Amino acid sequence: MIDGVGASGGRTLVLGIGNLLWADEAFGVRCVEALHRRYALPETVEVMDGGTQGLYLVQHVQAAENLLVFDAVDYGRTPGDLMVVRGDEVPRFTGAKKMSLHQTGFQEVLSAADLLGAYPARLTLIGVQAGDLETWGGPLTPEVAARLDDAVTLALEELASWGIAAIPRAAPLEAGSSDGLLRHGLDRAAYERTDGLSAASG
Amino acid sequence: MTTMSTPNGFALDNSGRRVVVDPVTRIEGHLRLEVNVDDDNVIRNAVSTGTMWRGLELILKGRDPRDAWAFTQRICGVCTGTHALTSVRAVEDALGIEIPKNANTIHNIMQLTLYVQDHLVHFYHLHALDWVDVVSALRADPKETSALAQSISSWPMSSPGYFRDVQNRLKRFVESGQLGPFRNAYWGHPAYRLPPEANLMAVAHYLEALDFQKEIVKIHTIFGGKNPHPNWLVGGVPCAINLDGTGAVGAVNMERLNMVSSIIDRSLAFIEQVYIPDLLAIASFYKDWMHGGGLSSTNLLAYGDMPALANNHSNDSLMLPRGAIIGGDLSTVHEVDLKDPEQIQEFVSHSWYTYDDESVGLHPFDGVTDPNFVLGPNTKGDPSTRIEALDEAAKYSYLKAPRWRGHAMEVGPLARFVIGYAMGRPDFKEPVDATLRTLGVPITALFSTLGRTAARGLECQWAAHRLKESFDGLMANLKAGDLSTANTDKWEPSTWSHNSRGAGFTEAPRGALGHWVEIEAGKIKSYQCVVPTTWNGSPRDPAGNIGAFEAALLDTPLHDPEQPLEILRTIHSFDPCLACSTHVMSPDGQEKATVTVR
Repeated sequence: MIDGVGASGGRTLVLGIGNLLWADEAFGVRCVEALHRRYALPETVEVMDGGTQGLYLVQHVQAAENLLVFDAVDYGRTPGDLMVVRGDEVPRFTGAKKMSLHQTGFQEVLSAADLLGAYPARLTLIGVQAGDLETWGGPLTPEVAARLDDAVTLALEELASWGIAAIPRAAPLEAGSSDGLLRHGLDRAAYERTDGLSAASG
Repeated sequence: MTTMSTPNGFALDNSGRRVVVDPVTRIEGHLRLEVNVDDDNVIRNAVSTGTMWRGLELILKGRDPRDAWAFTQRICGVCTGTHALTSVRAVEDALGIEIPKNANTIHNIMQLTLYVQDHLVHFYHLHALDWVDVVSALRADPKETSALAQSISSWPMSSPGYFRDVQNRLKRFVESGQLGPFRNAYWGHPAYRLPPEANLMAVAHYLEALDFQKEIVKIHTIFGGKNPHPNWLVGGVPCAINLDGTGAVGAVNMERLNMVSSIIDRSLAFIEQVYIPDLLAIASFYKDWMHGGGLSSTNLLAYGDMPALANNHSNDSLMLPRGAIIGGDLSTVHEVDLKDPEQIQEFVSHSWYTYDDESVGLHPFDGVTDPNFVLGPNTKGDPSTRIEALDEAAKYSYLKAPRWRGHAMEVGPLARFVIGYAMGRPDFKEPVDATLRTLGVPITALFSTLGRTAARGLECQWAAHRLKESFDGLMANLKAGDLSTANTDKWEPSTWSHNSRGAGFTEAPRGALGHWVEIEAGKIKSYQCVVPTTWNGSPRDPAGNIGAFEAALLDTPLHDPEQPLEILRTIHSFDPCLACSTHVMSPDGQEKATVTVR
């Protein structure tokens, strides 16, 4: 760090990535929502729903001294298994033969940041082995949904090891509150509710 | 089939060797292409397959139409805003809501900003690598590179030392063995034609563009409240404007508006001093590679976008024109009506869906999305483990086949530019004519892969100019005292009629995008999206017409079927959008297309 306050004084990004509309793909985003609802973090920490923005996330990664990523992963484990992967173990390469810019993997975002000369000093991935990545409009599978709180706990430990203390909120933020991260109609309860949805369609 | 002719004028022959290009990812999906080549490795048959079902229509059923934008925004990670805007327009159309002037202008600013960012990123970070050999850049002489750069542009970052630094950074990547985003390409392929110096210049601009695009997106953050995933609102825009405010949370004030103005000026400079000169320099080496035209010389479609006048969606108002060209007749631009049941129809005879009668097409208001995965009798390989070749005589794609009055159509920047050109609009005609003159090529050169790529660059420049004008218009209106940004008269469902239907349209950067909604008793009764890549990547229809991707690949010679760079080049020129969800990490981090030749 140039300003001499140590690595933990730099900017930290807590990033959830994945597609909310796609079963266990939603895990990363649901994690940052859960974390944000229950804990306040210092001003140097940004909690972000990265969705499937791909390469467009590169500037946020570049700006981060510390990067904590939540994501659904496929390491061939039992669905619901949580994994913590650090530093160079988080792969940062991908292929140029992709068909579409929309296939930009997060690995590519990391390598693009590296190429631009601004790679996070600390990088941790908290991943869950996904069970279902195929069902459009599907909910989190029970095995994965059951690990949301554990993933948040792991994140708090990781942040603490970086010298960042999360402060529990007196009461969790309401879904759909005017707060930026939660201000959409897709919070987990609303998204996964099934009551009344078919009634009006009949 | 061995040989046959299609009603839309193409000859197909699937007797030769079959080349299959299929992304390999954990998640099934995306785009798969199969082509047959003849003994000279020229493509004689092409099969475009969307291998993933996206049933958004079912997710939306029964929900509050005012929330639909938030769901549609997640269809796609790159075109979030354009889906949200299309959804908001569909619901406003259904409910008869007129939006304030400022809201319309801010919508245009959001959309034009997307164009500037998306076209720039597409060119440098997806498509340029089909023309630029990154590894060759290592052999470039930085001094010569500097001379080249200074001969085509006044862009200041052009010293020999600068290019030497870039080369050293690239070298570090190559030597570390990871190649970063440049891994798994066909480096050294003979279809690459640029000298090392031009390759190094392009690599430097690849990095500069990557760094610069973050500035552009700040406009979305300012007007959409946050980024990624800006907020949208049925009836207007969700941002309050307070010109006198000094950083009030969420309000747009003078300080932020000045920032927007500065970003627009810098974007324009980057496009005009970097993107356009690069495009012309690269094109000059490839101007005899005139493959990939496909449907572009015959059938083109645009819904239009960016109304200059709020709530006026006619061609008198639309900055990007609406219309259709049929049979290559540029003297007639046909009127397009999204609500006319005879115009836009989707067919599923070759798609993995079921209709009661698959010989007819359905207008999106009557759309049915009922998946039905069945393979034809001539499918090769094991359907449950590895399909070696699909049977295009049967169903072979999760994309439906949209048609305009029965015609397969190309959509996207080239369609928009040719339609604007045919209408005689100077803001389309003049840059096209100037570019053709500079390159010394006839107008027919437009109808090619390179023409599509050039149109995208010209459109990026067009968009930056319109962005500046739109922003100036917004400022003038605000200073005149009109601060209204939303019309909430019909916010409450109690003000809505029992049943209503609406169509929303935009031109996404990659082409015409439509949403059709039916609202009943305050909830969504049905919702259909027809996205640009469904038009371009469409499979055959009952009459046998092939779609834009399939048509564009025909007659292209492959230097080496094992390394089908030419296929990627043409498909990339459409800026396809198929899947936005492949970030899932696996231990080896692989994300690449495999190629099999049989």
